Amino acid sequence: MDWNLLATRLFGAGHGIKADGDFLHGTVQFDGRPLTVVGTTNHAPIGVRLALAQARVVLDTIEQHPERPIVLLIDTQGQQLRRRDELLGINRAMAHLGASIDLARRRGHRVIGLVYDQALSGGFITSGLIADACYALPEAEIRVMRIPAMARVTKLPEEMLEALSKSNPVFAPGVSNYVAMGGVRSLWDGDLPAALRDALAHTPRDDRRAIDGAERGGRRLAATIAQRVLDAA
Amino acid sequence: MISYAECSARERLALVVDSGTFREWLPPAERLTSPHLAQLGVPSSFDDGVAIGRAKLAGHEIFVAAQEGAFMGGGVGEVHGAKLVGLLRRALRDRPAAVLLLAESGGVRLHEANAGLIAVSEVMRAVLDVRAAGVPVITLIGGANGCFGGMGIVARCTDHIVMSDVGRLAMSGPEVIEASFGVEEFDSRDRALVWRTTGGKHRWLSGDCDALVEDDAAAFRDAALQAIGAAKPVTPESLESEHALLAARLRMLADVEDGDDATALWSRLGVSEAARVPDLDVPAVRALRLA
Repeated sequence: MDWNLLATRLFGAGHGIKADGDFLHGTVQFDGRPLTVVGTTNHAPIGVRLALAQARVVLDTIEQHPERPIVLLIDTQGQQLRRRDELLGINRAMAHLGASIDLARRRGHRVIGLVYDQALSGGFITSGLIADACYALPEAEIRVMRIPAMARVTKLPEEMLEALSKSNPVFAPGVSNYVAMGGVRSLWDGDLPAALRDALAHTPRDDRRAIDGAERGGRRLAATIAQRVLDAA
Repeated sequence: MISYAECSARERLALVVDSGTFREWLPPAERLTSPHLAQLGVPSSFDDGVAIGRAKLAGHEIFVAAQEGAFMGGGVGEVHGAKLVGLLRRALRDRPAAVLLLAESGGVRLHEANAGLIAVSEVMRAVLDVRAAGVPVITLIGGANGCFGGMGIVARCTDHIVMSDVGRLAMSGPEVIEASFGVEEFDSRDRALVWRTTGGKHRWLSGDCDALVEDDAAAFRDAALQAIGAAKPVTPESLESEHALLAARLRMLADVEDGDDATALWSRLGVSEAARVPDLDVPAVRALRLA
């Protein structure tokens, strides 16, 4: 969904979110209270610059507006694949963004991620995946890689991966697979403001994703194995 | 001197912690393998590529994890990631003196990509939980596969990073960048360029790692020991200074063309004789970093 249409459906016309190139940011009113909105559009690759721009908004919110909720709008093709970004420490910039979001959570800000278009690996891991919880629109796409690329990298037949992806969400792109694995808490369908209202009120503050993944049958081992480590003699 | 780079994960463990003190949790005898690799008909490993447990370091009780680069490049799958998360949650509960992460990983294991991606993000959150509790998480990077992808981010979420000059720390590997934007963008076979961009000397001079050591298991042990007690709490102030550092670094290269931009960056960071860095040995490079 176009970011402006999404913002209008969530917060009404004149919502107050601006796009500076691929960078989205603003303060919106929702149910009579302000929320910080930050994110990206146009399937932006996340390089050092965009990671820092997003971190700036999060840090300003922590400093100036204690406990104000933060909504992350996610549309990214993943990390910027450039040598210059690697030289400049793109992993450090992304860790900084992730640590900033994490600190916001610890300081009592609700942080809600929403994949409204596309989310891939590096751009996703320090945004929606480090929020209190991440949600998605049903038409969004989430993946690490598409099946043909996965076939090339793993040197396994594409048909085999296609077949396995029908029964095992680990192998195929798609938001419903991320829901099954617990990475996405739920899909927002229909009444978007109602979904956001519910998320702000009921999103857990602890990391429940492995438990959700087990209960939903998409990631059966993670929660049990982590618990076995805790219980080991 | 024993090359850390050439050791297996378990050999490193044996050399870094006090002799004979490593007690493994979910050891290979429990045969915890990846069900996803089995579905693909790909060989699995009884520890899914990571050994975790408790040990002593100069008498201090520590928790430790070591990733095995020889198994799927140290890639993080569901089981591998869950073992790391379990170790970190246990550290949150039991409060050891430190958690050591002997990292060697290409990041998410692409054979089980979706589960691996979520797992890495769970590791990241668990690391930050442990850090917030005041237990330092110390990352050692010196394996042949480096520390890339999501694990490159995880490393930077920890309190302290020790690297050797042959170690590499980054996000996307040179091969991935070359495949996406061509050999002109990043020639993955140009080893000097790869190390200037991602290697231990660069990460030391730029402050991306906290200690630079020789490729020697004993040197890693000494550096890990020195880092115990070096907990760095994440605060608004620490994040502001991190932000200022990264923003200044970005501006430093704004007018520099591609080519030897690493040397330009080191110069502007105040490193004297920046052009000589690739030829200098570890003690000489260590001395170049401004306090």
